[in-house]
Amino acid sequence: MSDLMKVSSNPHIRSKATTGSIMGAVVLALLPATFFGVYNFGLHALILILVTVASTVLTEYIYELLMKKTITVGDLSATVTGLLLALNLPPGAPLWIGVVGGIFAILVVKMLFGGLGQNFMNPALGARCFLLISFASIMTNFDCDAYTGATPLTALKAGESVNVMDMILGHTGGTIGETSMIAIVLGACILIMLDIIDLRIPGTYIVSFVIFIVLFSGRGFDSAYISAQLAGGGLMLGAFFMATDYVTRPITKWGQYLFGIFLGIMTGIFRLFGPGAEGVSYAIIIGNLLVPLIEKVTLPKAFGKGGERV
Amino acid sequence: MNSNSAGERLYNGIVKENPTLVLMLGMCPTLAVTTSAMNGLGMGLTTTVVLALSNAIISLLRNIIPDKVRIPAFIVIIASFVTVVEMVLQAYLPFLYSALGIYIPLIVVNCIILGRAESYASKNAVLPSLFDGIGMGLGFSAALTVIGAVREILGAGEVFGFHFMPASYVPFSIFVMAPGAFFVLACLTAIQNKVKIIGEKKGKDMSKIQSGCNSDCMNCSDSGCSKRFYGTGEPEVTEKESHTEEEVK
Repeated sequence: MSDLMKVSSNPHIRSKATTGSIMGAVVLALLPATFFGVYNFGLHALILILVTVASTVLTEYIYELLMKKTITVGDLSATVTGLLLALNLPPGAPLWIGVVGGIFAILVVKMLFGGLGQNFMNPALGARCFLLISFASIMTNFDCDAYTGATPLTALKAGESVNVMDMILGHTGGTIGETSMIAIVLGACILIMLDIIDLRIPGTYIVSFVIFIVLFSGRGFDSAYISAQLAGGGLMLGAFFMATDYVTRPITKWGQYLFGIFLGIMTGIFRLFGPGAEGVSYAIIIGNLLVPLIEKVTLPKAFGKGGERV
Repeated sequence: MNSNSAGERLYNGIVKENPTLVLMLGMCPTLAVTTSAMNGLGMGLTTTVVLALSNAIISLLRNIIPDKVRIPAFIVIIASFVTVVEMVLQAYLPFLYSALGIYIPLIVVNCIILGRAESYASKNAVLPSLFDGIGMGLGFSAALTVIGAVREILGAGEVFGFHFMPASYVPFSIFVMAPGAFFVLACLTAIQNKVKIIGEKKGKDMSKIQSGCNSDCMNCSDSGCSKRFYGTGEPEVTEKESHTEEEVK
């Protein structure tokens, strides 16, 4: 009787990964950039991060409580949204900016569209763009105790020279989490080693961005300029942590390549020809809106379908 | 209430078939000019004047205008009134004229006006048509003023020039830009639907208050939109029916 066959319907092989474990790994991977931001910008940055994360988690909890839905705060996705949003805020921003952004990210961008998995746009970036449009002067004021004056990208756009080494290490002005390229790449390595993201989107994004810069910046292959463009602004944070968001990226392989190339070109256009120095956020949310179309044109054919009839 | 009495027409325009929040007509001026309550009210009242007068004249001429050329004829009548109103505004309310800009001449192609001309004024007597125009216009004005007021309070901290918010309030400037119009319109429409649902739950007959979308898309049959996405479901039904017929045979 012990040899009874166990019959069950598929799937028979299950991954141990859950939303909670994946989101937990993303939080872990964001910690280097978070710690560096706090070290770089001081106590106010830490408080701003905590307030923003608290507001996203609380918004999700209260919304689900009021709407009598299952409480999904435990899957940590709201924590990731809050952390990403906070890392995209200027270090000197008042605390209510984090609260307003957190509520908008969760309530409008995520919950009103049906919660995790249904949001058509990265909640953190949607909220960042909402804040950027609403409070332009606060959101583009990167002056704080540690640094004053223009961010490296703004200086670069104005034609001034920048210290590339400082930009790679992160000793520059900017949003809380974007300044240190090393810390972000360290976090990205954790995600790649844990097999949570792959290099398809970040790789094609960065490569196509570099090609765009080489072709259209009018400086040719100027390695100092290119590395400053790569290390400056939110490119690294966006490429590794936001463009790869499971919900808002294409699911097909070729769609992901196409998505990365589109983001690279859009970021290049915004940075070189746009009025501002930065364009990663807008590039990614515009890319998010195109994802259904990208998936439609790159849908693989099922085995046995298509091809010539003999 | 007589369905063509003046009071019923006003109620119909302002509440039952509110052109903006229920019929979802005239979205272009609704989204574009409601940056402040004053602009919304100005646009609404300007449209009301045009709507009432054109409805009355079209109703007067309804038996003279040949059916085949009725749309060009309506447009000529509407355009004449718009030109008159535009000149009056330019002469007496120049600040409103400059604030509304291109949207005043665009009243000519406002679908509320053409819609009422086509569906009501061309089939009904003069007096009900006049009140239909006034009712629709007032409904449009009320919706635009509310949208404008909400956007102005949130986006600039004041309404009709009065400071509404405490001095420390930092305005959300997104609300006086285009995205803010969509946010506010969506919220007002949602509130309108919610009120309707609560009313239905209490057992009131709310079916007379029409909605732009009566139910969810899956069960919607009266517009082309659901068929595009979900198929009509009709072929399936006929197939089943034919099966049963065969079985019966």
